[in-house]
Amino acid sequence: MNDEGAAVNHEGAAHDLDARLKAYEGRAAARAGIGKDRVNEPMIRHWCEAMGDTNPAYEGPDAVAPPTMLQAWTMGGLSGHTGRSEAYDELLALLDGAGYTSVVATDCEQEYLRPLRPGDAITFDAVIESVSERKRTRLGTGHFVTTRMDIRAGGEPAGTHRFRILKYAPAARPRREPETARDPETARTPGTRRPRPVINRDNAGFWEAVAEHRLLIQRCEACAALRLPWLPGCNACGSQRWDTVEACGSGTVFSYVVMHHPPFPAFDPPYAVGLVELAEGVRMVSNVIGVPYDKVRIGMPVTLTFLRVDEELELPVFRAGGDD
Amino acid sequence: MKAGDELPPLEIPITRTLIVAGAVASRDYQDVHHDAELARAKGSPDIFMNILTTNGLVGRYITDHFGPAAVLRKVAIRLGAPNHPGDTMTLTGTVTDIDGDTARVRVVGANGLGRHVTGTVTVLLPGPGEKGAS
Repeated sequence: MNDEGAAVNHEGAAHDLDARLKAYEGRAAARAGIGKDRVNEPMIRHWCEAMGDTNPAYEGPDAVAPPTMLQAWTMGGLSGHTGRSEAYDELLALLDGAGYTSVVATDCEQEYLRPLRPGDAITFDAVIESVSERKRTRLGTGHFVTTRMDIRAGGEPAGTHRFRILKYAPAARPRREPETARDPETARTPGTRRPRPVINRDNAGFWEAVAEHRLLIQRCEACAALRLPWLPGCNACGSQRWDTVEACGSGTVFSYVVMHHPPFPAFDPPYAVGLVELAEGVRMVSNVIGVPYDKVRIGMPVTLTFLRVDEELELPVFRAGGDD
Repeated sequence: MKAGDELPPLEIPITRTLIVAGAVASRDYQDVHHDAELARAKGSPDIFMNILTTNGLVGRYITDHFGPAAVLRKVAIRLGAPNHPGDTMTLTGTVTDIDGDTARVRVVGANGLGRHVTGTVTVLLPGPGEKGAS
């Protein structure tokens, strides 16, 4: 089979899986489940101890259970779930078989219709509400499965519990490179280096100049338009002839963002990423240093400097403050 | 109390003990909530808090503030960044609307990685004359 055929087949298999997963929507996830323990004071106390919850409503002769314990009364514990349907087991097995072997809970929506008190006998039924199409998430690719459980106490409705899990294939974790000795000023997270720039014949001159602590801007020989980053042709007129001018080094923050999440091993969030407008009129993205991340402001004057990131890499960055 | 009011923040140190105690108290024996080695084998850097514990902590945050006469009606949460041992989660809340004796509070729990939990709690507040905070 050629590659194209394999790709088409793979897409076909994904659609086939989607259809098979959809078929489980509306089927029972649990039937006539029975809580293994009646609502009871010891389990309430253990819960409150763990949560640090000292609410007096959960103690004494008129105690109620913390409403957020709702799901706990339905849990199977070490001896397994009661009442779980074959359909739900099949659905999970189908996802396992497709490589989505990991599970994480993502959403929980509970409505409490009446308080639960020690002695209440818990019964429950659940339905598979929806199975999502394949989604890419931070954890990996997978499918969301949403169930809705109706919980009764002594046969009377006591609450509803909608629960969403992600069944996923874990994404490969980034491989950490061996630790290298570096300047502590610039080596923020040990063991991981910043990504290398991709240097090719169209931008080699830029990086050669950076190594000499010069920031070169391309200039079109035909129309004199300046451009940064470096490109083979002029955006204004299309000419491929160019020379360079050296940036004087002063600029202002045109815009910025503060990176909080997701963390990347070579960086130590939060940090500010600036879009700096150079005095020559072109803009470039780089770090703004010499100022706390939350003190960077639009319009702030900055000055070009060169940051040695490790023994092989120097980067043009901008220090807060004008030329002085 | 009015819409826009903010609840005082509650800082919760995320200890290994809290994660394990919360998992066991909620009868959740998934290995990722108590066994660091197996958690790592599944791609997580360490054990992490289960959703039932987060749910319990969000409920506690609300009733700690409004007092023992307040009754939780609905708790709806979504998880984001995991709670790993050694982190701290800070719960904050904002009253979004009040309808008679019922208030809705938007809750966010942030840890060192980002937002662990976002959610909305609907709570029935004690009537006038009954004992309760605020």
